[in-house]
Amino acid sequence: MTVVTPHPDPVAPAPGVRPAPADRRRSGLPGRDLLGVVPFFAFVVVFLAIPTLVVVIGAFTGDDGGFTLDNLSAVGTSYILEAFGRSILLSAVTAAIGAVLGALLAYALVTAKPDGVLRRVVTSAAGVLAQFGGVTLAFAFMATIGLSGFATLFLRDHLGIDIFSHGVWLFELPGLLLVYTYFQVPLMVIVFLPALDGIRPQWREAAESLGGSTWQYWRLVAMPLLAPPFLGATLLLFANAFSAYATAAALVSQGSPIIPLQIRGALTSEVILGQQNLGKAMALGMIVVVALVMWLYAVLQRRSSRWLG
Amino acid sequence: MAGVIKRRARRQRAFRWTIVTLLGTFFLLPLLAMLEFTTRGPNGTITLDTWKLLVDWGQLGETYPDLLTGVTNSFGLVLLTVALTLLLLVPTVVWVRLRLPRLRRLVEFLCLLPLTIPAIVLVVGLAPVYAWVTYFLGGSALTLTFAYTILVLPYAYRSIDAGLSAIDVRTLAEASRSLGASWATVIWRVVLPNIRSAVLSAAFLTVALVLGEFTIASLLNRSNLQVAINLLGKSSATMSVAVSLTALVLAFVLLMLLSLVGGGRRRTSPKETR
Repeated sequence: MTVVTPHPDPVAPAPGVRPAPADRRRSGLPGRDLLGVVPFFAFVVVFLAIPTLVVVIGAFTGDDGGFTLDNLSAVGTSYILEAFGRSILLSAVTAAIGAVLGALLAYALVTAKPDGVLRRVVTSAAGVLAQFGGVTLAFAFMATIGLSGFATLFLRDHLGIDIFSHGVWLFELPGLLLVYTYFQVPLMVIVFLPALDGIRPQWREAAESLGGSTWQYWRLVAMPLLAPPFLGATLLLFANAFSAYATAAALVSQGSPIIPLQIRGALTSEVILGQQNLGKAMALGMIVVVALVMWLYAVLQRRSSRWLG
Repeated sequence: MAGVIKRRARRQRAFRWTIVTLLGTFFLLPLLAMLEFTTRGPNGTITLDTWKLLVDWGQLGETYPDLLTGVTNSFGLVLLTVALTLLLLVPTVVWVRLRLPRLRRLVEFLCLLPLTIPAIVLVVGLAPVYAWVTYFLGGSALTLTFAYTILVLPYAYRSIDAGLSAIDVRTLAEASRSLGASWATVIWRVVLPNIRSAVLSAAFLTVALVLGEFTIASLLNRSNLQVAINLLGKSSATMSVAVSLTALVLAFVLLMLLSLVGGGRRRTSPKETR
């Protein structure tokens, strides 16, 4: 927007003075400007790129330092594949449960006042439980349904129910399912709220003024719009559970039912040298799974950003 | 029409309170159980011994020296990580926006990369890197700040980038430069005050993440709050539950403050685009 004025421009360069190019960016990357990003890039290379390369290269390195596919074929052995399977199952189940419950809770929040106390409190609590949990959540559940937990004793003394009559499942896969769900629901609330906020009441009014019922509005307008962000959020939950380590490490001290604990075993065991590189191969497998999931998530994000404005 | 809207509002309110009550019970039960667990005395009495010990720092340090070390380390890490993250990220992101727009996609990609690399995987690759860090800087737990800065990059980048998108950095920078300001002055005295709330929210997220981090510290054999809690769980279950509850409540207070301070983020209806 320039307004052409008849007056001479007071800041116009004097005759004979070459005006500085308005946009030096077009003329390639000036070396001096690049100096400004050196610290950042140096840091990222040392603490992010090199570790990633160590994992990738280590996955293909044998005990003698040469190239080998042994580690990757070792990942194909039964117990590691089973751990991967259990990890994927645990992540998928808790992502599905967390997504449904979290979406319901997020919808309940959207219908409340946007700056109200309820919404503030719930989103803050969700932030804490989703991001911060880790070890503390493991202890929370030990205090609740551990062997001398509050709920365990209450059920045993007042209702005569022994929840551990079939073994102490809290420290095995079922326990992980329960505790993981506990942090998946809050995460869903956080990532799904913006999508629900994007749904405008005008659409519902428009649907109604055209004679649509509530059910039709949900089936034909809201659901198709919310499907991509809902699936995207579910994928994010999957990646979150798949990468989680702290809760499982604090809960499960015997055995390694899931892949992060297998990696812990490989890192801390001093049995054989080859274990180190086997751990890297498992880590590479984890990267592949998470990267795939996050790529799908990015695709879905692009779809939903079309109307989320 | 008015009747329909009123009826719907009533239905939504009923639905809202049902959901919040049901899920709220599921989420509050473990927290209440923690409180009950830490105040459980012999033969069904209630005792506050654990909590009395927890607020008495001197006594606590003598009884559980590891816990005190973990807490001190975590607080040191919080300060260092917030400082390093902001120092590394704010000038870089501003600079790339102003002078090197071609690098923006690359910087964004690098900042979001840690989201696709689980901490447990990162720690596998960090082990050799940290052998060098230990060689140069010693094996202090505070060196974890480098790894934590990588972990918070995605969150910090997003909030700082959003803050910068909301202001016209280019015009501000050009105006101050034409008035003779150095680049350092531009970033420190012009850009930074304008993205204060974004920087604040990045800092808060960093604090929450550092206080909750366990994976890297535990597997690199360094102590922090979570590692100390986990260790404590093996010797004194009651105390570890009490510290866990305190940590959760503190984090909640922190985020509540953030949501009140971060009220600067205008929550207007989404822009009518396209």
